[in-house]
Amino acid sequence: MAIWFARSRNIVSSLRHNLNLSGILSKRDYSPRPAFTNSQLSSRSVFLDSITSLRHESTAVEKQHDLVQQSDEEDVQELDFPGGKLGYTSEMKFIPESSPKRVPCYRVLDEDGRIISDSDFIPVSEQLAVRMYEQMATLQVMDHIFYEAQRQGRISFFITTVGEEAVNIASAAALSPDDVVLPQYREPGVLLWRGFTLQEFANQCFGNKADHGKGRQMPVHYGSNRYNYFTVSSPIATQLPQAAGVGYSLKMEKKNACAVTFIGDGGTSEGDFHAGLNFAAVMEAPVVFICRNNGWAISTHISEQFRSDGIVVKGQAYGIRSIRVDGNDALAVYSAVRSAREMAVTEQRPVLIEAMTYRVGHHSTSDDSTKYRAADEIQYWKMSRNPVNRFKKWVEDNGWWSEEDESKLRSNARKQLLQAIQASEKWDKPPLTELFSDVYDVKTKNLEEQELGLRELVEKQPQDYPPGFHI
Amino acid sequence: MAARIHGGAGAGAATALSTFNPKKLVAPSRTNLPAARSSKRYIVAAAGSDASKKSLRVGHSQKLIANAAVATKADTSATTGTGHELLLFEALQEGLEEEMDRDPHVCVMGEDVGHYGGSYKVTKGLADKFGDLRVLDTPICENAFTGMGIGAAMTGLRPVIEGMNMGFLLLAFNQISNNCGMLHYTSGGQFTIPVVIRGPGGVGRQLGAEHSQRLESYFQSIPGIQMVACSTPYNAKGLMKAAIRSENPVILFEHVLLYNLKEKIPDEEYICNLEEAEMVRPGEHITILTYSRMRYHVMQAAKTLVNKGYDPEVIDIRSLKPFDLYMIGNSVKKTHRVLIVEECMRTGGIGASLTAAINENFHDYLDAPVMCLSSQDVPTPYAGTLEEWTVVQPAQIVTAVEQLCQ
Repeated sequence: MAIWFARSRNIVSSLRHNLNLSGILSKRDYSPRPAFTNSQLSSRSVFLDSITSLRHESTAVEKQHDLVQQSDEEDVQELDFPGGKLGYTSEMKFIPESSPKRVPCYRVLDEDGRIISDSDFIPVSEQLAVRMYEQMATLQVMDHIFYEAQRQGRISFFITTVGEEAVNIASAAALSPDDVVLPQYREPGVLLWRGFTLQEFANQCFGNKADHGKGRQMPVHYGSNRYNYFTVSSPIATQLPQAAGVGYSLKMEKKNACAVTFIGDGGTSEGDFHAGLNFAAVMEAPVVFICRNNGWAISTHISEQFRSDGIVVKGQAYGIRSIRVDGNDALAVYSAVRSAREMAVTEQRPVLIEAMTYRVGHHSTSDDSTKYRAADEIQYWKMSRNPVNRFKKWVEDNGWWSEEDESKLRSNARKQLLQAIQASEKWDKPPLTELFSDVYDVKTKNLEEQELGLRELVEKQPQDYPPGFHI
Repeated sequence: MAARIHGGAGAGAATALSTFNPKKLVAPSRTNLPAARSSKRYIVAAAGSDASKKSLRVGHSQKLIANAAVATKADTSATTGTGHELLLFEALQEGLEEEMDRDPHVCVMGEDVGHYGGSYKVTKGLADKFGDLRVLDTPICENAFTGMGIGAAMTGLRPVIEGMNMGFLLLAFNQISNNCGMLHYTSGGQFTIPVVIRGPGGVGRQLGAEHSQRLESYFQSIPGIQMVACSTPYNAKGLMKAAIRSENPVILFEHVLLYNLKEKIPDEEYICNLEEAEMVRPGEHITILTYSRMRYHVMQAAKTLVNKGYDPEVIDIRSLKPFDLYMIGNSVKKTHRVLIVEECMRTGGIGASLTAAINENFHDYLDAPVMCLSSQDVPTPYAGTLEEWTVVQPAQIVTAVEQLCQ
């Protein structure tokens, strides 16, 4: 079913562990020379003086892939340090701050929506592909209409995912419903895929009494325990260590599920990024970290965010398997996330995916990105590098989608959304009791008193409070 | 016993959570209780549910009194069994171990909690018994393992997060405030965070400013969390168990200098109510409110005061958030004078909040202004003499009482 990547195309991955399922799960101090993946590693006799012995040893191992490319030094004498044996060299050489070549990104569809020949990818059925496209298009309509609603003053705030529809939908499609998702805030597509209705999205944005969050969070801070989607929390990257915790929990209960968490390029500067990845690696927790590198963190371009070659190179620093993928290529994202998920669950390890994409919209409705970037840069990405159009071409070329389907889908979505918004707008906001409930499981005395006090105040002077302020 | 359990919670890991209802076992958290109650001990039966949760500990008699259901408290002040003596840190460990036996979802995480047994040996022996996944050694990043505990809690586990020293948990403030305290509320009740965050705090013996923090000051404002402070082996074990069973995030404050206190505690299972204060010494002349280590300074001062003819009522408030204003109120109505003795700093400490609460609620019953003895607003110095001057001493307490009772 899953196509394992037998060949490492990557320069960086040539130094990485092979995809051997009987991997080194509980090893704590394996040598940094990743030549072997079997338990013989624990006996130091593996590292002998001559290379021939190494090769001799390796025939005893089960299926062994190409030996890693040996580094320049010929000496194989080793030093013992905490952490294992390592070779030494008398040549003073600094590891360069960057590789001569950047890590390439994995892509399957070209810009015209045609599959690149000889691509590795997991085939997608017509049904799945059509559903993926429909959801990507619906997400676009949703973004457009809610954004307009904010501009009209009907909701106070909104965050769009324009330009990142492929990351949203294709990743969601690759997961199982039991996988626990910890979003940042630009991944409503995952929730949409899992079944959250347009009405439910609208309710949250309007903070009305039907909102699952009971009107307690800003718009776009969706959450649903039913769909295993943790409530969005505004501070950046706090979900990353929590994802390690979710992975730990799933590991303890031996569930066939993993934690999947999203972060942007800017969020990787937070301490919690380091913390979350390090912990997940040490705990050997089944977590898939998906970084949406969309080029901008509000007005901070990635050149001002970090000096590394993006995020993918950071994975190895934590001992985490990583891949860079073209985030605007739905098929590539689907295959990568699907494979990562399988690895995470079967091998009980974290995986890092850097999805290269572009944030076409503003950071949020409180931002005007034309103030810090060129309007034609935005246009270019919107028109020529549009992930939805690209996938659409592929789906149409297969004969699975027509213009008629397109207009029907868009007008239906639009109609549903307008209706949902109209309904949400009319419904009451949560009553006063919801101000004080859920702080604890049972209200404490001081909260009861405060509620009583406020209720008396409102009842005494209803004219001082806005209409629709229900007790 | 105890084959090492690797990579899983071992027996009972797959036990459905649905059969287990922690609410059936914990005494209600209400403070408007009938005046007749006198003892704070609750003998609680083990769940009527899964047998696997009743796993017996060797050497621990499991004589459980019949179910004191939610509404009433079976008030058995007579100790049945002889009880056993232990130190406070052992009492914490006993409580933790009993809860881990009882519920496979309880796990521990923190620095050096595994085979090292924790810096203060509270988790000693647990990794051998429950495995090093359930008693997890984490890398050094407080924000990370606190965040991890929160994520695990939202997915159904009940983590006990240990800060090696409370002061280090300042690094986890973001996770504790923005997520731990808030996510139950902001998710509309969809996700619960039944974590226990615990660790030693307070002024020790020349540990320096960073290791002498009183975090209860900083945390007390965070909505959504509960805070309790233990002071005796009895209430340490009881509060530990209650905190683990609570569905809310609870911060359990231990004190560095109290870990070696010895006391005899009952053999039967018991828990303490998280929201209740403890009457240490009933009296008539003045109400002295205190918690944690200062309880002992107050009791020492009480001896002197009794010799001088005073009759102080000493209450260990135990519950720092929310305050047990019921017991405190009754005491104030009786004595009409209040002295608060705390280790927090003068500005923004627990005493400051408690003073405000008492003034607001019981102003008419006071014959004198509420007096609060706290540490000065200085970082705790290293030099022994200086350090001693920053902590409220019994002599000061005696003077304050004499002053208030004029």
